[in-house]
Amino acid sequence: MSKKAAISKPSEGASGLTGMWRIKRPVVDQTKCTNCLLCWLYCPEGAMKRHEDGKLSISYDFCKGCGICAEVCPAKAIVIVREA
Amino acid sequence: MITLKNLSAEEYMLPGNAACPGCASVASLRIALKVLGPRTIVTIPACCSSVIQGYYPKSPARVPFLNTAFAATAASASGILAALEIKGREGINVLGWAGDGGTADIGIQALSGAAERNENFIYICYDNEAYMNTGTQGSSATPRGAVTTTTVTGKKEKKKNVPEIMIAHEIPYVATACAAYPLDFAEKIRKALSMKGLKYIHLLSPCPPGWRFPAEKTVEIGKLAVSTGAWILYEWSEGKYTLTGLSKGMTKKSSRKPLKEYLTAQGRFSRLSEEETKALQEDVDTQWDRFNKKLVESGTAPTG
Repeated sequence: MSKKAAISKPSEGASGLTGMWRIKRPVVDQTKCTNCLLCWLYCPEGAMKRHEDGKLSISYDFCKGCGICAEVCPAKAIVIVREA
Repeated sequence: MITLKNLSAEEYMLPGNAACPGCASVASLRIALKVLGPRTIVTIPACCSSVIQGYYPKSPARVPFLNTAFAATAASASGILAALEIKGREGINVLGWAGDGGTADIGIQALSGAAERNENFIYICYDNEAYMNTGTQGSSATPRGAVTTTTVTGKKEKKKNVPEIMIAHEIPYVATACAAYPLDFAEKIRKALSMKGLKYIHLLSPCPPGWRFPAEKTVEIGKLAVSTGAWILYEWSEGKYTLTGLSKGMTKKSSRKPLKEYLTAQGRFSRLSEEETKALQEDVDTQWDRFNKKLVESGTAPTG
């Protein structure tokens, strides 16, 4: 029996750089961020990266720009701007 | 108890997947896999999630997914369990993850069979209330009044109550959840993991393109479903119903927001007349009256 099987390998960007879909861009204001992690919890994409120093940053290669992070942010530390 | 602090920081659904912006189902799958961990096998039928993870040669999923036929989620989960047993593999979680079409319509007989045998896996139905993957055709889980491409004047029939069907099977654990409350959902999975037998979780999963609302409103719409009482968060085990999360405070009509707030926020309900809106509000009130009786019978009705 052939041992070849169609098995997909786990990888970021399985559907390409989905950041290309974005028409609006979320921007984090680090001075207002309280590190509550709600944006990280709610981001459907898992595009909120947690860093060792506790800071959060957005992976723009994959963020689809849905805007949920800005909606759930209690500190209003995420603003949505138009993509240039 | 799962909190934001102890929820795993490890990602098992990687970014750059095929889900629509603002998708609640992939958000919930991400949370579910954080609780279930790396030693998990997921089986999925045809559904949005099969498109999201099924890309070849790359997949966003870091745990094995089996793509199975539409009707066969629960049957394939039973098969995976049997294979693990024969191979002597222990400590592997099996998750059946299917949409409302694959659960309430097409997969219900396999699910019912697995429930009768009390197979040891978790079944989660992510309910986006229509066949969203193929372009919003109505399912038996589509609520009354909602416009889909097959119910163009609004669905006339009521939503099928699948959690109650599962409760009738007397499996160890049945719960409802909502994608807008990920920690409540995570906690229910954690509880399900501690039990043996079939555990069923019915997750309401708001869908921006299908329900016709802007992608950033996914969480807000999900919260409205609960705060208007349209969706009840509860768990059932050993004959007892218990409310969870925000639903605990929703037993009185005065504490619930008017259903209209939930309906007008979504394009799929835009055709509703005043009388139809009123009828749907009465449906919600009746649903709560019946549910309150179950809470009294369970001895779990909130006091005061």
